[in-house]
Amino acid sequence: MTTGTPHAAGGASDADAAEGRVYTVSGEDWDEVVSAALQSDDFQSGERIVLNMGPQHPSTHGVLRLILTLEGETVVEIRPSIGYLHTGIEKTMEYRTWTQGVTLCTRADYLMPIFNEAAYCLAVERLLGIEDKIPERAQIIRVLMMEINRISSHLGGIAPMGLELGATTIYTQGARLRERTLDLLELITGLRMNHGFIRPGGVAQDLPPGALEAIRAYLDDAPEFVRDLHKLIDANPIFVGRNKGVAYLDLASCMALGVTGPMLRSAGLPWDLRKSQPYCGYQTYEFDVPVNDMADAYGRYLIRMDEIDESMRIIRQAIDRLADRGSPGPDKDPVMIPDAKIGWPSRLSLGPDGLGPSPEHIAHIMGQSMEALIHHFKLVTEGFRVPAGQAYVAIESPRGELGAHVVSDGGTRPYRVHLRDPSFNHLQSAAALCEGGQVADLIPAIASLDPVMGGVDR
Amino acid sequence: MSGPDETRKAGSEQTQGAQAPQGPVPPGPATPAAPPAPGTPPEEEEASLPARLGEERLAEPVVRMGLFGSHDIPDTSGYGLLRVHQAPLLDSPRPYGSYFDEIADALGAALEAAGTGFSDAIERVVADRGELTFYVRRERLPEVAAKFRDDPALRFELCGGVSGVHYPDDAGRELHAVYHLLSITHNRRVRLEVAVPDADPHIPSLVGVYPAVNWHERETWDFFGIVFDGHPALTRIEMPDDWKGHPQRKDYPLGGIPVEYRGAKIPAPDERRHYS
Repeated sequence: MTTGTPHAAGGASDADAAEGRVYTVSGEDWDEVVSAALQSDDFQSGERIVLNMGPQHPSTHGVLRLILTLEGETVVEIRPSIGYLHTGIEKTMEYRTWTQGVTLCTRADYLMPIFNEAAYCLAVERLLGIEDKIPERAQIIRVLMMEINRISSHLGGIAPMGLELGATTIYTQGARLRERTLDLLELITGLRMNHGFIRPGGVAQDLPPGALEAIRAYLDDAPEFVRDLHKLIDANPIFVGRNKGVAYLDLASCMALGVTGPMLRSAGLPWDLRKSQPYCGYQTYEFDVPVNDMADAYGRYLIRMDEIDESMRIIRQAIDRLADRGSPGPDKDPVMIPDAKIGWPSRLSLGPDGLGPSPEHIAHIMGQSMEALIHHFKLVTEGFRVPAGQAYVAIESPRGELGAHVVSDGGTRPYRVHLRDPSFNHLQSAAALCEGGQVADLIPAIASLDPVMGGVDR
Repeated sequence: MSGPDETRKAGSEQTQGAQAPQGPVPPGPATPAAPPAPGTPPEEEEASLPARLGEERLAEPVVRMGLFGSHDIPDTSGYGLLRVHQAPLLDSPRPYGSYFDEIADALGAALEAAGTGFSDAIERVVADRGELTFYVRRERLPEVAAKFRDDPALRFELCGGVSGVHYPDDAGRELHAVYHLLSITHNRRVRLEVAVPDADPHIPSLVGVYPAVNWHERETWDFFGIVFDGHPALTRIEMPDDWKGHPQRKDYPLGGIPVEYRGAKIPAPDERRHYS
């Protein structure tokens, strides 16, 4: 679908373009602009329109700015411009302890906070050399949380995809189930997003009472929602017409552009890090990797829907395992590594002023043991040291390979953390998806990438 | 820098809270060095004695004094004279373990076939924590990357991008670019690392080999100031086009202002006390 671009990859020709006639598009006047442009001398002499789309635009999935060069309705060149949501997360992490880093990296891709935390924590654990000492219960809870988050993230991709095509019902149906899913995360962590739940060495706290029942109730209702979405979308002539055959990216292009996740699987390759390079015990769960060979926006939608079903299968197995273990208490079945040099000594409990260290722990360190107070103070303020070295851990996020490259100089703060975010990588394939197509196809094409600007810009 | 085994061992001993027994004791199971084989020459036997094992570390610069490594307050712990040396540069000996030796052999064979020696292209190899790193000489990077991509025994189809790291104290090798490659065919991972001096921060671009690194190289230029020669359009990507400086470098301040809280002034995050 890609055609040769008339401009060199440099920026010189853009400066010339900016000197041409400027139209301001304010909505519902596209016909006038196009007809005016068609009649203009510029068009007659083969000139093109340069259209700025975003960064504030309802169809660009966040603060994404696209600079389009149009020839009539055909996109000749597309240049994504990013950086509008750059918040310096990676830099800020270098000035906080290893544990505090979780609070920062969870905010990178805000639709998959649990995955950001997991990738970072797994990398820190590899640096610490404690990968095989993480308690079993913590690993089950991690898998459970990741799969709940995968459902909410996929719904956060599918629902706006409908909205951007003008189908508000798809959005409201998807958002309803997404809210139910986020309710689970809120019940378990206290927050809908930006949880800071997975920590180096385990997870912040055990599941609260009633969590398993709530998840079971969710699993009873959710398949009905998903069936409704299938009925609403799968054979919808408008949706199919706008998505089938659009944004085609074959396997070779995916490999060259480093595209992973649902996009790669919709190109026919069943590559899933949960299967091929398992972590957190994924090899012990039974699930399939959805794959098809449509390689277009519609195929990616189907993959995401099927992955929601597979995630529910994994969640069922995880809660069964947790139910089998019962709740023998944090001493018999811990959710944090028993190493007192890494896991924080306090147990969280809910007080009248919110979640905090339990009253027993406060009484212990303030009234009984000076050593316990020193230990608490040192570990919380100064943090633990991580042996010098570097680690790269990649996990299968809803969008593809999410990697955390973590470097330590042996100190109590990360020396460098880099999140290899799949959205960042996928957005650079926008040119391969859109160039040569229609302007209208651009919207489903970008939506099928499911880019989240928080992750792209970090 | 990459930590040697001693660092990790020291860490794990610390975490277990185990005190080294006093007086001369025979090396226990925690000692990494196996007793030398009967036929070992005397020099090697001497070098593998426990007292000699960490000796090369003493030649490295001191990175921390005292127990806590605090820079602005005196150390009253009684360990004020403790000196912690920087971890020496790792150069893992063969065998690397796991599938790493196969990768090194295949790369060596591919480079030999192309008329380049292995050591002409690769400075050193580090196998640490289950990950394999090749430190590549920068002028050979595109050639080595192409071998990694094309050689049937290597076949690393995906490049996960570039991650820059700034080591301002590592004279002559201040800026590092780290590439993470993934082979779907063999289900393997490998890391390539290139170090360049701050005064001459040029690395050949890999866009020709892995188009996926296009934006990643722009990001590394933006944040670290590494110039990727041959990149089709090396412009800033996250920061505004007219930004001055490269924010992820260690000499670029984090910024922030002191905050007053209940009468006390809390300094900005990068001004606070920290423990190296």
